Amino acid sequence: MTEFEAGKNGRKTTGRRAGVERRDFLKIVTMAAASLGLPAAEAASIAKGVAKGLKPSVIWLHFQECTGCTESLLRVSHPGVAELILDLVSLDYHETLFAAAGYQAEDALHSAMSQNPGKYICVVEGSIPVNENGIYCKVAGRTALDIMKEVGSNAGAIIAIGSCASWGGVQSSGPNPTGAKGVPEILKMQGISKPVVTLPGCPANAYNFLGVALQYVTLGKLPSLDALGRPMFAYGRLVHSVCPRRAHFNEGRFAQKFGDEGHRSGYCLYKLGCKGPVTHANCSVQHFDDVVGAWPIGIGHPCVGCTEKSQAFTVPMFTTADIPNPQPSWLFPPVNPNRAPMSPMSTGVGGLVGGALLGAGLMVSKKITSAAKEEKKEEGEHGA
Amino acid sequence: MEPNRRTLFKMIGAAGAAVAARSASAHETPAPPPDAAGLLYDATRCIGCKACMVACKEVNNLASDPVSRGGLYDDPVTLSAYAKTVVKAYWKEGANAYVKSQCMHCIDPACVNACMMGALQKRAHGAVTWDGSRCIGCRYCAVVCPFDVPKFEWASAFPKVVKCEMCAPLVAKGELPACARVCPRQATVYGKYTDLLKDAHNRLKTEPDRYFPKVYGEHDGGGTQVLYLSKADVSFQDLGLPALGDDPVPQTQQQVQEGIYRGFIAPISLYAGMSVVLWRRRTQKKEENA
Repeated sequence: MTEFEAGKNGRKTTGRRAGVERRDFLKIVTMAAASLGLPAAEAASIAKGVAKGLKPSVIWLHFQECTGCTESLLRVSHPGVAELILDLVSLDYHETLFAAAGYQAEDALHSAMSQNPGKYICVVEGSIPVNENGIYCKVAGRTALDIMKEVGSNAGAIIAIGSCASWGGVQSSGPNPTGAKGVPEILKMQGISKPVVTLPGCPANAYNFLGVALQYVTLGKLPSLDALGRPMFAYGRLVHSVCPRRAHFNEGRFAQKFGDEGHRSGYCLYKLGCKGPVTHANCSVQHFDDVVGAWPIGIGHPCVGCTEKSQAFTVPMFTTADIPNPQPSWLFPPVNPNRAPMSPMSTGVGGLVGGALLGAGLMVSKKITSAAKEEKKEEGEHGA
Repeated sequence: MEPNRRTLFKMIGAAGAAVAARSASAHETPAPPPDAAGLLYDATRCIGCKACMVACKEVNNLASDPVSRGGLYDDPVTLSAYAKTVVKAYWKEGANAYVKSQCMHCIDPACVNACMMGALQKRAHGAVTWDGSRCIGCRYCAVVCPFDVPKFEWASAFPKVVKCEMCAPLVAKGELPACARVCPRQATVYGKYTDLLKDAHNRLKTEPDRYFPKVYGEHDGGGTQVLYLSKADVSFQDLGLPALGDDPVPQTQQQVQEGIYRGFIAPISLYAGMSVVLWRRRTQKKEENA
């Protein structure tokens, strides 16, 4: 087990002291790999990386936020937050989870930055105000803007966790007095070009964070991202596409109001304002904090679209979602059935065949009548 | 065969144009009845949930469609004796759309004009409804309808003509038509015709980027009490609504009929021609017998 004992800063990464056996450790890593959507074999490479002491140094910054994302993270159990921060990552700075305070905490931040320049993961929770030079949010006498610039410019990768960090969140919706903006926008303003992963959500699902962080440290790369910087493995599909209530939508069965017959029967919540049809997220398959059904639609509340800038905090919660480009199932009847139009060639051929038949018929009938006439004539001659 | 309607219609149209192009302005533009109600369908709002189809079947007691695709139960593909309204899909890169089809409740309906017995008539609120006690089952209504709406119960021993009647029995009780009642997004709304028209134009004005700049049914085919709005880059023909022009459909019918009998020239020449043929045959027979 010596390989597990080599830790950073003289701290044991795992072993009996932390109460984690090798078996349990591998279990944790396997779960982490599973939450990334990686095959089980990749769990071994994660385990190897972690065992080698390659725990990613994580610096977690809090700005304008409610700490909901951290709270969500604290409640995961596969792996639990204790295993996470003691075994899988080296959480070097986190204002909520710190035992240290004041200068000690600030020192930790600076030593983490100087020890792992260009390697550490900078996680940002919360939006950053820009109005009045950002005086609305200060930590240790410095504005969020300054801290972001310093920590962000030396980071290996930046993860914006939660909707606030991703685009500004609730603070950024009108009238936005502090000028709250998301991390990608701020970095662009400051001219810092670092890879940024956004994990919008209110809160973000902690497993999506774990997946990104562990993939970065073990495989050395970030997951594939969509145009808004969101990992495809988590934000590649619409909530609507994998919603357990989808069958009710397809049959037109909607809960009309909260508590009615349809609502209690688990009908589709679209009419109550569900934003599932326009919201990219994996909540419907990866519920929050391992509690089965712990996601809005699971508890009978319409999806509020918290991962989408165009929906959350801008479209009222109980207003039905606008679906600009719906994706009809192939089972829908098409407006114009795919009947092949008649080509000029086929029309011509058909005409020729029809004409020939008509002509032939005419000739046959003529022949018959003339034959009959002649017979009559003959009969007449015989009779005469 | 389905396409016959259109071809026949074209023939009638061509004949009518040739025979009686002069009297085009004779027909007055019809006005909707003063109490006219209608439906406004907004394709930009429709989410394709088929709630209207289900509700329509329920309130109208329509049997399940025995002809369906892929082994699906009751999955109508087009209007039929089993479905008075059907939601269809239009596929186009970046601009998919749904469209709900049902009777358009024309202001001057072709079916009413074609119905020799008066079984189909515009009744309360201008809804075109069918009276079974008068119907003789000629199905002229189905042939003449430019929207292919009235359907015949081919499988029944005592067949009816099935078409949307704007839920006339429900409306008489003060309720909403089923499709408008259940629509989760007010893609289909029921109301006074004049209000709906105003509402439609308001939508076009407030969100010009969202809509195709036209209210289908305001003038088309002489005007219909069911109005349509489409997405900016999807035309109404894409949605399967025919380009009818602004003249009421029965006008063409009337032009053809009146044109044929104008001055009684056509009947006289027809009978004259037939007489000539008969006379010649008689004289020929006489010669033969002689």
